[in-house]
Amino acid sequence: MRELFRFFPDSASSISDAVDALYLWLTTVSTIMTLLIFLAIGYFAIRYRRREPGEVPAPVLGSLRLEILWSVIPFLVMLSFFTWGTYLYFHSQTSPKGGMEVFITGKQWMWKIQHPSGPREINELHVPIGVPVNLTLASEDVIHSFYVPAFRIKKDVVPGRLNRVWFQATKPGKYHLFCAEYCGTEHSGMIGWVYAMERHEYEQWLSGGGGEGSMATRGEKLFQQYGCASCHTMETAGRCPSVRGLYGRQVLLRGGEQVTADDSYLRESILNPRAKIVAGFEPIMPTFQGQINEESLLQIIAYIKSLGVEGGEEVEATKK
Amino acid sequence: MSTVPVEPVVEAPRNYLNASYGVKSWLLTTDHKRIALLYLVTITILFFLGGAFAVMIRLELATPQGDLMTPDTYNKMFTLHGIIMVFFFLVPSIPATLGNFLVPMMIGARDMAFPRINLLSWYVLTIGAVISISAAVMGGVDTGWTFYTPYSTTYSNTYVTLMAVGIFIAGFSSILTGLNFIVTIHTMRAPGLTWFRMPLFIWSHYATAIIIMLGTPVIAITLLLVGAERTLKLGIFDPALGGDPILFQHLFWFYSHPAVYIMVLPAMGVVSELITCFSRKRIFGYSFVALSSVAIAILSFLVWGHHLFVSGQSVYAGMIFSLLSFMVAVPSAIKVFNWTATLYRGSISYDTPMLYAFGFIGLFTIGGLTGLFVATMAIDLHVHDTYFIIAHFHYIMVGGTVMAYMGGLHYWWPKMTGRMYPEGWAKFSALVLFVGFNLTFFPQFILGYLGMPRRYYAYPEEFQVLNVMSSAGATILGVGYLIPLVYLFWSMRYGERASSNPWGATSLEWQTPSPPPTENFTVTPVVTEEAYTYSHEAPEHV
Ligand code: HEC
Ligand SMILES: [Cu+2]
Ligand SMILES: [Cu+2]
Repeated sequence: MRELFRFFPDSASSISDAVDALYLWLTTVSTIMTLLIFLAIGYFAIRYRRREPGEVPAPVLGSLRLEILWSVIPFLVMLSFFTWGTYLYFHSQTSPKGGMEVFITGKQWMWKIQHPSGPREINELHVPIGVPVNLTLASEDVIHSFYVPAFRIKKDVVPGRLNRVWFQATKPGKYHLFCAEYCGTEHSGMIGWVYAMERHEYEQWLSGGGGEGSMATRGEKLFQQYGCASCHTMETAGRCPSVRGLYGRQVLLRGGEQVTADDSYLRESILNPRAKIVAGFEPIMPTFQGQINEESLLQIIAYIKSLGVEGGEEVEATKK
Repeated sequence: MSTVPVEPVVEAPRNYLNASYGVKSWLLTTDHKRIALLYLVTITILFFLGGAFAVMIRLELATPQGDLMTPDTYNKMFTLHGIIMVFFFLVPSIPATLGNFLVPMMIGARDMAFPRINLLSWYVLTIGAVISISAAVMGGVDTGWTFYTPYSTTYSNTYVTLMAVGIFIAGFSSILTGLNFIVTIHTMRAPGLTWFRMPLFIWSHYATAIIIMLGTPVIAITLLLVGAERTLKLGIFDPALGGDPILFQHLFWFYSHPAVYIMVLPAMGVVSELITCFSRKRIFGYSFVALSSVAIAILSFLVWGHHLFVSGQSVYAGMIFSLLSFMVAVPSAIKVFNWTATLYRGSISYDTPMLYAFGFIGLFTIGGLTGLFVATMAIDLHVHDTYFIIAHFHYIMVGGTVMAYMGGLHYWWPKMTGRMYPEGWAKFSALVLFVGFNLTFFPQFILGYLGMPRRYYAYPEEFQVLNVMSSAGATILGVGYLIPLVYLFWSMRYGERASSNPWGATSLEWQTPSPPPTENFTVTPVVTEEAYTYSHEAPEHV
């Protein structure tokens, strides 16, 4: 314990100072408002205290002008909270270009973390400072929430969908990682650490880990193992769509709709192929619901993504 | 009506309390005043039960390690605390006790529009409570009061379905009470009591009844779906069965945000009565205070998405919900300003109910202002699901609703029982409550901003100091609730006899003996003036 009392957690991301500034603005306004009301009540309560039991004060009429004043002015001040807060929130939800990717799976009661180039960790996340880190969040079971107070970010990890969040660490250090959404018995044990490191230290750490190959190579193995390859290869191209160059492309569906082949689309295509059927193909793909866990799904998606890159579709894939 | 000391009524010959005796005369009564007392007994028991769970929570959190109980037990403690306090205490609290007692009396009616439905609503609540408590006794529930899916539908192996049934049933009690209020207020007002002459207590109960009628069916359906998914494996919320867990959150908060106002609007009504009576003033800006209740009732249904800012909800949806959440703060602010302005040039006395009203305004202001923090999306990103939220809503629910409830209980105690409570003890305990409350919950704002997540059984050591403060405050708070329990009981027998109008108030319930006769008024009152006409002098302009 460093100090007995602190009012702010560590500030270690590109948005944390901005969030604190907004918080201070809100605190200042609220303190002034609270004081004004407390002082007014205190002053009136003393100034107009009952002096004799029988006294009856003269009535005071309301005032339209005052009513308008104390509705409009507070609302205008609130609009400052709204605009500032919304601006910052939008910023926090739109990941900048050129960041790195990390894949996180929440599971009762641990965090499993995969880096595309190979290393895997549990309840620990190593990141370099000064680089935007995009997280893809998946859950194996119930809702969890990925929360790093020092970065002022939080995102629910919802089963059945992939949520995304990003941050950019600014200060090397070791920071709390919490699960913020109640998820059962060991919810409070679903915690870990984020290590923000200098670039070169991070490179060193990366080269030390791994060994099992990148996420994409692991995905490729799974692609063979689950028999995806037997359908989705060039030879049977008539019967099945090729997944080469698929990532990021617009896919035409039976019925004329178009969807972008992003992570969520790929995930759904694997777990629930009948939800969206590619135009010109029969719905013969079996469902893999309940057979492939979220971690492996992320690896298969990484593999399909890597095919996009090989097929020269990289421009398409990163454009969005 | 304006001069104050009314001659004390000596031994009211026949009143609603001594009209008949015996258990049956209470269990089969259709008198709204007796039903109010039945409710009072029921929810007092439930309040102390919910409080006992809170004691367990605060004890466990006095140290960072989990040591007093297992994590599963802890999870059940906060779940039961939340469920009992929200669904079985806060929602019925003011409307079912004070509202039941006073709505007919304040409008000069003999009873509710549907007296038997009124009694039924108490039975329904009691049955719901018994079922929920049996779920607690059989093994408890560990989902949190929010029942988030798919944890509640697929993963929890506690008595979720039974608990859902209990809450489902209790919901019908709310609906029946709301229905009764709406019909009673529309059809049974005394001659001359126009809408804009009604006491603000009536306006706020009217607005509450609207929310209850529109919102409660939605939570009922939602809980039914949770039960259906759990027992029949229908895929509604669990993605493994083809459902959508976020759908649950939309449905749940569509009720549960307005429910905040089910809890706090009646409290605002109580405070309007207290402030006017103890400053002997007409309320400042009557129509603004009255209509702001209606505005709250409508807007409260349009802000539920502010609970989903970090769920992955579309950022544009979030933006709209954020803006609307700021808008719903405006009518609440209008009320606070008007209450404050009512004190201006009043004749202010510091009787216990007024101390509670002051406490309410102060704590509700803090609760409301911190609501603006969480409506600000970038702040919510950080404080969502932390102790900041816990502190915020306890300032509204306990600092607001419970303070007003205590104030109202003291204010109308003489009318309900015919006895005065001991003023010295009452003031003392109001002070204890205020201190205990702030010591318990203020540190939690700081804890939340520092990042301590809610529903944590064990926590990192750096959070201990603030947690110990909070636990110490909770002890004081507990004492603050026990003292009134003792002296209010005592006063029923030994309290000084109350006159018909001990506070010199103007509303109709004070124009009949304390305790009132069964039919409330021997002669139907006729209303000739606005509410809160303490003085007949020509009004001054500010
Ligand atoms: C029996 C053959 C078969 C197998 C095995 C199979 N698929 Fe498919 N897959 C299809 C067909 C046919 C379609 C197109 C029709 C549709 O959309 O359902 C398709 C569609 C897809 C799509 C969407 C393609 C697009 O162009 O939008 C993806 C992604 C995909 N499959 C991935 C996989 C993965 C990963 C596996 C292994 C886990 C797999 N498939 C196994 C036949 C198969
Ligand atoms: Cu959790
Ligand atoms: Cu809300």
